Amino acid sequence: MAVDLRSYLGHVELPNPVFTASGCGGTGRELAQFFDVTRIGAFTTRSITMAPRAGRPTPRMAETPSGMLSAVGLQGPGVEVFAQRELPWLAERGARTIVSIGGGSVAEYTALARRLADAPGVTAVEVNLSCPNVEDRGRVFARDGSAAAEVVASVRAATRYDVPVIAKLAPDVADVVSLARLCVDGGADALSMINMPLGMSVDVDTMRPSLAAGTGGLSGPAIRPLAVRCVWQVHAALPGVPIVGMGGVMTGRDALELVLAGACAVAVGTALFHDPFACQRILRELEELLQARGFDRLADAVGLAHRPAGAGPRNRIELEESSL
Amino acid sequence: MAGSPVQVTGTVLTTRRVEAYHALTVVAPAVADRFRPGHFVTVGVGGPYTSMLTRRAFAIHDVKPDYGGTVEFVFRVRGPGTAWLADRRARDTLDLVGPLGRPFPLPRDPCTCVLVGGEYGSASLFVLADVLQRRGCRVDFVLGASSADRVFGALRARRMGETTTLTTEDGSLGMRGEVTDVLAGVIADARADVVYACGPMAMLRGVTAVCVEFGIPAQVSVEQSMACGVGICMTCVVPVIDEDGVTRMVRACTEGPVFLGERVRFDDVGTIPFDALGAPGGRHG
Repeated sequence: MAVDLRSYLGHVELPNPVFTASGCGGTGRELAQFFDVTRIGAFTTRSITMAPRAGRPTPRMAETPSGMLSAVGLQGPGVEVFAQRELPWLAERGARTIVSIGGGSVAEYTALARRLADAPGVTAVEVNLSCPNVEDRGRVFARDGSAAAEVVASVRAATRYDVPVIAKLAPDVADVVSLARLCVDGGADALSMINMPLGMSVDVDTMRPSLAAGTGGLSGPAIRPLAVRCVWQVHAALPGVPIVGMGGVMTGRDALELVLAGACAVAVGTALFHDPFACQRILRELEELLQARGFDRLADAVGLAHRPAGAGPRNRIELEESSL
Repeated sequence: MAGSPVQVTGTVLTTRRVEAYHALTVVAPAVADRFRPGHFVTVGVGGPYTSMLTRRAFAIHDVKPDYGGTVEFVFRVRGPGTAWLADRRARDTLDLVGPLGRPFPLPRDPCTCVLVGGEYGSASLFVLADVLQRRGCRVDFVLGASSADRVFGALRARRMGETTTLTTEDGSLGMRGEVTDVLAGVIADARADVVYACGPMAMLRGVTAVCVEFGIPAQVSVEQSMACGVGICMTCVVPVIDEDGVTRMVRACTEGPVFLGERVRFDDVGTIPFDALGAPGGRHG
C-alpha cells in the first residue's frame, strides 16, 4: 500500500515532503531539463532581493570533506525581473513555489513581501534571516532574535493571509530554540532549518583563503548533524510548529532522520549539485523506508524519535464504540 | 531534443595516458548522440558514498559511434578527485551528466579558421576541426603549453591542420614562447576569418587581444571552477558584456563555456566590475 506522503505547511497541503532548498535549484528551468519540477513537494527559489545583485567575486566555491563552502552573495536579477519572468514560468507549470526573500533592512523585507503579495503562484514565503542587517553594522538578522522577529512580523503583516510565512534559521546562533520561539511569536507559520553555518578554508598552495570572500557557508553532509540537532531541539520546544528540515540530505535515510527528529518536510540542497535527480530519488527512497517500517502516513513518523526509550512506534488508537 | 543534457551511468571502455594527461573513454550513447563541438560533461568522483560532492567538468575530446556511442575526455591529476578518476579501469562505471554548455558557433559558409589550444584545452578542438573541415573550412592549429609533455594532440593537429604551430615556454617543442606570440603571424599568413580558442584564462585574454587587432571574432571556451555544471550553483560566473552593453555576471556552464572573446572582461575576472549589473554600490542598487 502506498504511503500517504502529504505534508502540511500551516494549512497549505503539499503532495509530498521533498522540496528543493533555497539557492540550490536555480530558477527552476535548469532542473526542468532533468525532471518535472511539479513532481516535488515544492520548489524553493534562491533568495530574492529588491535590486539586482551581482553577488560575490570568484572563486565562490571550495570543496571540503563531505561538504562545500560557497559564497555566492545572493546573485539575482531583483524582485521585478523575478516576478515578471521567473515566477510566472513556475506558476504556468503548476509548481508549488516557496519564494525565499532576503534583505538588508526590515523595510526591504517588507517591501519584498508587499511586492510578492499580489503575484500569482506564491505558495509560501521563506524569510532568509541570514542576511546582514545594514542598520546593525552588518550583523545578520538571525543573530539578533528581536531583529529577526521584527522582520518576520512585518513580512507576515504584508503577506496574504493564506500564504504561510516560513522563517529560515541558521545553526550558528547562541540559542536556536529561543530564536525559533521569537520567530513563531512574531507570526511565522513554519520554520525551516538549517541555513548554512559560516566556514572557511585556506588554500595551502596559494596561501590565501580559498574563497574570494574569505568566509562562506558550509553545506553538504558535513552539516547534517547540526541540522538534526536544531530540528530536534526546536521540535521538542515547539511541537506544534511545522519544520522544514534541511542540511546535507543526500539519501532517503537522511531525509527520514530529519523527519524522525521532527521535520514535516525535507529540503534538498547541495545534493542537487552532485545529482540533478536527487529530489525524486530521495522521495522514492523515503517512501520505501516508511513502507518498510510499516507507516501508512508520513505524518506518523514526524518527531517519532522524541518518544521515550522503549516505547514502540505510535499507533493510531482505534476507539471502540461504547455501548453506553 | 538535441542539446538537452542527460545523466547516465557509463562503462569505462578504455583508459590511456597521453603525455602528462589521462584520457578516459566512456560508453554513453545518449551523451554522444546530443554532442556538438565545445560541449562538456561533468563526472561524479569518488564512488557512491563519496565525500567529494562537487562534480568535475571536462570538455569532450572525442565522440565515437562504437558500442552505440562513446565520449572521451582528457584531464590532468590535480587533486583527490582527478586522482580517483585516473585510477579508473576498463569496465568500471562512471556517473556522467552531459552534454552541457553552449557549443562553438559554426560559420555558415566555408572560411579560414585558426584553432588555438593551451595545455589540454586543445582536447576539444579536434572534433571542432573535423566539423569545420567537413563544411569546407581551412583549419590551422596553434598549440602551446609550458613544456613538450604538456602539449596535447600535436600529432593529430599536424595531421589535420593546413599548418600547425607549436609553442612551449621552455622551448622543448616548437617555438619558445606562448601561443599569443605566434598567433598574429599565423592569422596573417592564413588570412584567418575566425579564431577558436580553449585554454587557461590568461591565454584566452591574449588570444582575444590579438583577434581584436585583426578585427576578427575569437570564440573562446573559458575554464572556470564549477560545482554542478548545470546552472544551479552560481559559482562559475564571469563578467561578460551583454548585447545591450551591460556587464552581467554570467555562468560559464550555461551561458558559456564558449563566449565571443571581446565580450568577456578578462581583466575583471575574479572581481565584480563596478559597472556590472547589481554590483555593490553600483547605479543599479
